[in-house]
Amino acid sequence: MARLFGLGGKSSSSGAAPRERKSAGEHLSEGVGKLQGSQFWTSVFRPGSIFRKGYTDSPRNRSYVIMNSVLYHLHPVKVKRHAVKISYTLCLGGLSFFLFIILTVTGIFLMFFYRPAAANAWGDIKSLQTSVTFGLLVRNMHRWAAHLMVLSVFLHMARVFYHGAYKPPREFNWVIGVILLTLTLLLSFTGYLLPWDQLALWAVTVGTNMMGYTPVFGSQVRFVLLGGAEISSATLLRWYVLHVLMFPFIIVIFMAVHFWRVRKDGGISGPL
Amino acid sequence: MAEVPEHLLKRAAERRAALEAKKREEAGGEPAEPAEPAEAAAGAGPSADEIAASQAEADKTGKIPAHLLARSAAARAKAEAGEGGAAGAEAGGGGTATTTTAPAAPAGAAAAARVAGGQPAAGLVGPAGHTQRLLTVVKAGSIQDVKATPTDKVNVWPHLLVVEFVASLAMTAFLLVFSTFVNAPLLGQANVNLTPNPSKAPWYFLGLQELLTMFHPMVAGVMIPGMGLVGLGLAGYVDKNPSHKPEDRKFAIALFTFFMMFWAILVIIGSFFRGEGQNFILPWRQGVHEIFDL
Repeated sequence: MARLFGLGGKSSSSGAAPRERKSAGEHLSEGVGKLQGSQFWTSVFRPGSIFRKGYTDSPRNRSYVIMNSVLYHLHPVKVKRHAVKISYTLCLGGLSFFLFIILTVTGIFLMFFYRPAAANAWGDIKSLQTSVTFGLLVRNMHRWAAHLMVLSVFLHMARVFYHGAYKPPREFNWVIGVILLTLTLLLSFTGYLLPWDQLALWAVTVGTNMMGYTPVFGSQVRFVLLGGAEISSATLLRWYVLHVLMFPFIIVIFMAVHFWRVRKDGGISGPL
Repeated sequence: MAEVPEHLLKRAAERRAALEAKKREEAGGEPAEPAEPAEAAAGAGPSADEIAASQAEADKTGKIPAHLLARSAAARAKAEAGEGGAAGAEAGGGGTATTTTAPAAPAGAAAAARVAGGQPAAGLVGPAGHTQRLLTVVKAGSIQDVKATPTDKVNVWPHLLVVEFVASLAMTAFLLVFSTFVNAPLLGQANVNLTPNPSKAPWYFLGLQELLTMFHPMVAGVMIPGMGLVGLGLAGYVDKNPSHKPEDRKFAIALFTFFMMFWAILVIIGSFFRGEGQNFILPWRQGVHEIFDL
């Protein structure tokens, strides 16, 4: 890299600079070397980090990349060879998690421009689309990522079933997975109301009317969900809190257990 | 318990036989050098065949090999003999040496003998000068779980992380491009006095809404989805078939596929084939814009 920069520096000065003076590229690489040798740098990047000075592709460093990083909470140092084949998992579980991260990031952006009150909600979304930089794009991403997440969680479940991965010793992790599927649907459904347009209002009316038929305490369930006898500003606030705080909080806990159990139950299933 | 692979056992036996032969050659082939008294006392030691036989026997039974037991017995006998000699030397030399308490402690006895006599007592020191003693042979499988079949593994970095990174990049790119060209719907402001016809739930609930046309709402909206989720969660406890192979799981796969397809068809009908008043329509006749939105 230094040579590359050095060449660039020389050609730009077109030979006018004296031989003994360092080129800009040499200064740069010297500075980078100094930075990478500093206490600050070595305290941030642990051995094995590809940002630390002197990473070479050795089996030891390959292990260090995982062992010496926060990733060790998620991934083991080694996995079964078939587990990294895309045709085995289709990346569905990982993509569900990644979509959740995208939804969190875009959702936080949207929260800056949204007030969960019947008088403001629809107007806030409208002005988000028309007068906020990237507002429309981020809202679109949030909406489509939500639908995609429902789809990918569903497909992930099908993939796991067809591989027989719900069988012992993974039967309890499958139960957690079903809970995560339910939570995903609830997250999507609570978010559905927030734009406060005709689509949202009547979709939620249909959904909550159905829940009102719960045996024995149906009307109570409906009352708690709506924060009243019918959908109003109170419902909007209630579902907003459920959507941005409570369900994400619960789903993160279950996801943590889900990922942890994948490792504790002997890693990914298979090969078939 | 993990079995030692056949080829390793064979190699070990061969190596042992070769060492034994070498030792015997050294002892017997060079008459100029006097044979060690220890060797003489213990005899020539078990032959390679005997060792291999007792080793194989021990592998089968899981007990300590016979030749090792014989060796330890011989060592113990020698240690007892050396103990007397060492004690005598100690008394003669006015002894600063540590006293040995246990009769069967060859290392201690050897140390005492070395201090007292200046030379290690013959027979108390093993081959290559080792003074440690074999206490017991513990098979690996009895104290820790040994993976009987080694699995083929690869490093997570780079093999898995690269795949994950590329997958997340592709997903981000797809989402960005799709969101640039397709806008999320935003209809008119909510109005409780204006009911759209048809009114539909989000697409993933349209299967349930479709069931509403056939069953009482309590059955369609609560009991069927509730029982479905519980039944799904119990799959791992109900399905007692241990096999993961698709050819052994035809019933489970058929059942799951049937329900998935049933569900998908209900969602598709609910989404695209239900128009005004939840009446059955054909989307290619009337268009889907009035009846379906995401």
